[in-house]
Amino acid sequence: MTEPTSTPIQQAIPTLTRRPPDSPMRQLVRRFFRQRSALLGLFIIGGLVLVAIFAPVIAPYEPTEVLIGKEDVSKREAPCIHLLGCPKEKPQHIMGIDGNFRDQFSRIVYGTRISLRVGFITVTMAVVVGTLLGAIAGYAGGWVDNLIMRVLDVLLAFPSLLLAIAIVSVLGPGLINAMLAITIVTIPAYARVIRSSVLSTKEEEYVTAARALGVRPIDILFRHILPNSISPLIVQATLGIATAILDAAALSFLGLGAQPPTPEWGAMLSAERNQVFSAPHLVFFPGLAIMITVLGFNLLGDGLRDALDPRLKNV
Amino acid sequence: MLRYILRRTLTSIPVLFGVLAVTFALARMVPGDPCTAMLGEKATEEICARFFREKGLDKPIPIQFAIYSRDILKGDLGNSLRFQRPVTQILVERLPQTIELGLSALLLATLFGVPAGIVSALRHNSLIDVATMIFANIGVSMPVFWLGLMLAYVFALVFKDTPLWLPPSGRLTAGLSATPFYEVYGWNVEQGTTTYRFLEFFANLYIFNSIITGNWEVLKDALRHLILPSVALATIPMAIIARMTRSSMLEVLGRDYVRVARAKGLPEWRVIVVHALRNALLPVVTIIGLQLGAVFSGAVLTETIFGLAGVGRSLFEAITARDYPVIQGFTLVIAFSYVLINLLVDISYAFLDPRIRLE
Repeated sequence: MTEPTSTPIQQAIPTLTRRPPDSPMRQLVRRFFRQRSALLGLFIIGGLVLVAIFAPVIAPYEPTEVLIGKEDVSKREAPCIHLLGCPKEKPQHIMGIDGNFRDQFSRIVYGTRISLRVGFITVTMAVVVGTLLGAIAGYAGGWVDNLIMRVLDVLLAFPSLLLAIAIVSVLGPGLINAMLAITIVTIPAYARVIRSSVLSTKEEEYVTAARALGVRPIDILFRHILPNSISPLIVQATLGIATAILDAAALSFLGLGAQPPTPEWGAMLSAERNQVFSAPHLVFFPGLAIMITVLGFNLLGDGLRDALDPRLKNV
Repeated sequence: MLRYILRRTLTSIPVLFGVLAVTFALARMVPGDPCTAMLGEKATEEICARFFREKGLDKPIPIQFAIYSRDILKGDLGNSLRFQRPVTQILVERLPQTIELGLSALLLATLFGVPAGIVSALRHNSLIDVATMIFANIGVSMPVFWLGLMLAYVFALVFKDTPLWLPPSGRLTAGLSATPFYEVYGWNVEQGTTTYRFLEFFANLYIFNSIITGNWEVLKDALRHLILPSVALATIPMAIIARMTRSSMLEVLGRDYVRVARAKGLPEWRVIVVHALRNALLPVVTIIGLQLGAVFSGAVLTETIFGLAGVGRSLFEAITARDYPVIQGFTLVIAFSYVLINLLVDISYAFLDPRIRLE
C-alpha cells in the first residue's frame, strides 16, 4: 500500500486541529478584550488610579490650601485656562476657585483618592461579610438559612439610601461611619449571590465525592464550593463599587459623610449647591468627577458579566 | 394560584415585623436625647423628666415596643415631638407630594425606557442601539443630586425668559392654590376626623385634585413644577429599565419559538408583540417594581434640591432633629409600601409565568 498523496486541503486540516484548545482563562480574557465598553471602563479606572497615586504631582496646590493673600484670586472665580484665552498674567485655575479661595482642580484630583478608597474598602468589607453569611446560609440550609435570609430580607425592605441615612445618624456623621453604613446596606446583595450559587454547586458530583471522602464541611465550602461561585461575585462587586461611590457621595451631599475641609466630591458639591446659579462650575466639576468614576466601574462590571456569562459565549 | 398568593403573603409577615422592630430600634439608637434636641437650653433635668414621662419614654424598652406595636395596629403613629401634631396628619400633608413625584418619575422611566430597550434589541448593534446603551450607561452612573442641580441651572437660569423656562423649586407658583375637591363640591366634612384626613390626602395630590375639579391653571402649573424633579429622579430607573428590556428582548429573540413563529409566516409585528415582547417583559416588570425603592432613596435627594417638603426630605429632617415618632412613622410607611410592592410584583410575576406558581 502506498501512502495516498495528500492534497493541499488535507494538509491544511491537521494544522487547523493541531492548535491546542484555549484554556478557560484565555477564552475569558479574549472575550473580555473583545468588548470595547469594558475596555473603556478599565481605561477610565486605570486613569483614575494613576491620578490618585500621583495626586501630589498632578495637583498644582494642596487640596486644603487657601489662596487668599497668596495669589490674586477672588471668591468663586470662574475657571481660568490660559489656552482658552484667559490672560497670561492671571494664575491658571482650570476648574476655578471655590468659596474658600481654594483651587478646585487640586481638590478634585485629591478627591479621586477618597472616592476610590471608599469604593474598594466598603465593597471588600461587604463582600467578606456577605460571602460568609451567604455561604453559611446556603450550605447549612434549614433554620440557619431561614434565619439569616429573613434578617437580610428585613434589611432589603428599606430603600438603601434611607437605611444608610438612618445608620449614619445612629453612628454619627463622618466618612468612616458613612462607609460602614454603606457596607451594612449592601451586605444582603452579596449574601444572596453567594447563597444561590452555593445552592446550585452543592449538589454537583465533585462536592458529593468530596463529602463521601470525608472532607470537612469547612474545607468543602472553601476549596470546592466557593471557588466555583466566584464569577457572579466578581461582577456584583465591580458594580457594587460604583454604587458605593455614588451612595457615599450622596451621604456626603446630605452632610452625613465626609466633613469639610475634606476634598470629597459629594461634600464639595454640597458646600456650593446654593451657588449653582452664580458659580455653576463649583457644582459641575465635582459631579462630573463622580459620574466618570462610577461610569468606569459600571462599564467594567457589565463587561465582566458578559465575559463570564457562559450563555453569551458565542455571541 | 391562590395558594401561591397566600404563601407569599404569609412570608412577608415576619419581614414586616422585622421592619417594625428595626424601625423602633433605629429610632431609639439615634444618639442624643429628644428632650435636649427639642427644648434646647430650656431643658433642665426637671422639665426633661416630665417630658419623658409624658411621652412614655421613661418606661422599659420592651414595654415601649409593645405600646408602640399596639398603637400602630390601631393606626396611631403618635405625635411629632417637634410639631406637636399627629404623625398621620404630617403624612397626609407630605406623602402625596412624594407619591406624585415618584409615580411621575416611574411613569417617565417606563414610557421611555421600555421602548428604547425594545428598539435597541430589534436594531441590535445599530447606531440607535449603541447610542441608547451609551445614554443608559451614563444614566445609571449619574448622581441624582448633581443632575437635579444641573437641570435647575439650565432650565431655570439659562432658559430664563424663553418658553423652555421651568421653575426650579416648589410645587405651585406663589399665589396659586389648589382648592381641595371636597370644598369645590361643597361636601361638609368635620375637620380632624379620619374621613377628613382621607379626603385631604387625595386633595393633596395636586394633579389628581386639579383634574377632578377641572382647575386647568393649577394643573398646568403643578405639572410644570413636576417636570424637573421627575426627570432627575427618573434618569437612573429609566436607564436600568432600558438595559433590562434590551437584554431580555435579545435573549427572547434568539429562542426557538420566535424562529418558529417567523417560520410560520406570521407578520413581523405579531412575532415581536405577541411572541417575543410578552415573554421578554417578565423580568422588566420585576425591575420596574424594584425601582420603587430607588425612587424613594432618590426622593430624599431630589426633594432636597427642588425644595419640596415630601416624605424623603421630612424624614431626613426628622432624623437630624431626633423626632422619634416621625422617624418611625415615615420609615414604616416607606418600608411597608416597599414590601407590599415587592409582594405585588411577585404575584404579578406568578400570574404572568405559570412555572413560578407551580414551583
